[in-house]
Amino acid sequence: MKVAIVGMGWYGFRPSTPEVSFREMVFEAASRAYAEANLDPRKDVDTFISSQEDFWEGISIADEFAPDQIGGYLRPTFTVTGDGVQGILHGIMHIKSGISKVTAVEAHSKASDILTIGDIVEFAMDPIFLRPAAPPNFHFLAALEAKAYQRRTGMTEEDMAEIVSIEKRNGFGNPRASYAANLNVSDILSHEKVAEPLRRPDIADFVDGAVVVVLASEDIARSLTDDPIWVEASTFTETNYPGYAELGEAGYLRGAYSQISKRKFDGYFVDDRYSFKLLEHLGVFKADPLALLREGQLGEGGSAPTNVFGGLLSEGVPLEAAGLTLALEAREYLRKGYSSAVVGSWRGVPTYTGMVLSMWR
Amino acid sequence: MIRYVPKAKYSYSAGQAQSVFLNGLKEKKILGTVCNKCKKVYVPPKMYCEECFKPTDGWVELKDEGIVHTAIASFVSWTRDRLEEPIISGTIKLYGSERDYVFPGMFHRICTTYDKVRDMSIIGAKVKAVWNEKRVGSIEDIQCFKEV
Ligand SMILES: [Zn+2]
Repeated sequence: MKVAIVGMGWYGFRPSTPEVSFREMVFEAASRAYAEANLDPRKDVDTFISSQEDFWEGISIADEFAPDQIGGYLRPTFTVTGDGVQGILHGIMHIKSGISKVTAVEAHSKASDILTIGDIVEFAMDPIFLRPAAPPNFHFLAALEAKAYQRRTGMTEEDMAEIVSIEKRNGFGNPRASYAANLNVSDILSHEKVAEPLRRPDIADFVDGAVVVVLASEDIARSLTDDPIWVEASTFTETNYPGYAELGEAGYLRGAYSQISKRKFDGYFVDDRYSFKLLEHLGVFKADPLALLREGQLGEGGSAPTNVFGGLLSEGVPLEAAGLTLALEAREYLRKGYSSAVVGSWRGVPTYTGMVLSMWR
Repeated sequence: MIRYVPKAKYSYSAGQAQSVFLNGLKEKKILGTVCNKCKKVYVPPKMYCEECFKPTDGWVELKDEGIVHTAIASFVSWTRDRLEEPIISGTIKLYGSERDYVFPGMFHRICTTYDKVRDMSIIGAKVKAVWNEKRVGSIEDIQCFKEV
């Protein structure tokens, strides 16, 4: 039995969204997703899944605040402490196990409400071994990986700047890309280092936004649309401590991908909240991504079209909605007539947890 | 032992519905939203009806009085100190029938005596908001609900 995406909706994707509470923002995204699916959540949806993390919300036991805005008031609502793609994975299990025919999955970010976001990220680090030794800037964990990746592959700072330049331009025309910009390699290299080898433009900014996905069983999906998008998802956690991780190898994403049926993908949508991560993550699906970058193969029409709508460097990092943001890009891509796409998502520092979402029609 | 104090600071966006409500408090008004389809009135307000999953249709002003649904007296502070005088608080139903399970209302302090909480005579009593002279758009603009 297959599971399909039958509707998606989003709201926000701006650096701040003072006009809405986080619940109002999710309601807007959910209304759009249900309108697209042509479903009434109060009658047609069996289970609801919210992907969230208490410290992002600033509310402990934040799942208590999850149901109403997605239509789950007095209905089975379930929370996943993780990325929206992990939410989709649980939704697929709800449907495949037979407890649900239609499941809605939500993830959101009100990053602008968090005044001390660096401290919240630090709070996620190992309290005994990592926090006391950590530099006062959480990007050091990504820099460790960048350095390891450079040593292994020969990637230069110019290569990283090239990725930023491409991605920031790819965002033009994408309505969610608040951080799209026209920057060339020398503009980017003119910035000072944040943590060797990362400069400010190598690092995606946080963003507010909400995404809602409606999943349906094969029979329901076929009754709703002639063109369902079939999905398969997986997740994998490598470790919680950098000393135990294969730095620069994206072991978390390889672990997730090893659980997914192999198929040929027409497009790649990978977490690029740090410029080099685009290559590190693409490398899970395609051999020698650095050569593909240098040969100009990452654009539409190339041999590995990657983040052709700008990725997170253009759209920003919407906390646990990052995976669903990439899924929106992948769906946009399929709507152009392509037959398959893959999302390679990551929960960001300090995690070593990855998710894969395979989408095809 | 590793000691650590997290630095978790937030600035919560009240959003469309709650912002109107908080501004209403400045003018001694308790405002709720209403859904025309199911007639449910929301206090605190929501800009969507959770029952019908559609935007609410407008605003209603409720009286700043209601009846005590339930009340408690607390003798222990947040830092677990013994309080000389108990803090009395409860839920105040602003509108609706005795038997409603969901109702527009507020959780707030109740200005009454401990005895009336202990013998439960406060439950069902009519109460009215006592407003602060200086109001800033906060739930604290109401000092308490006092028996009338
Ligand atoms: Zn209603």
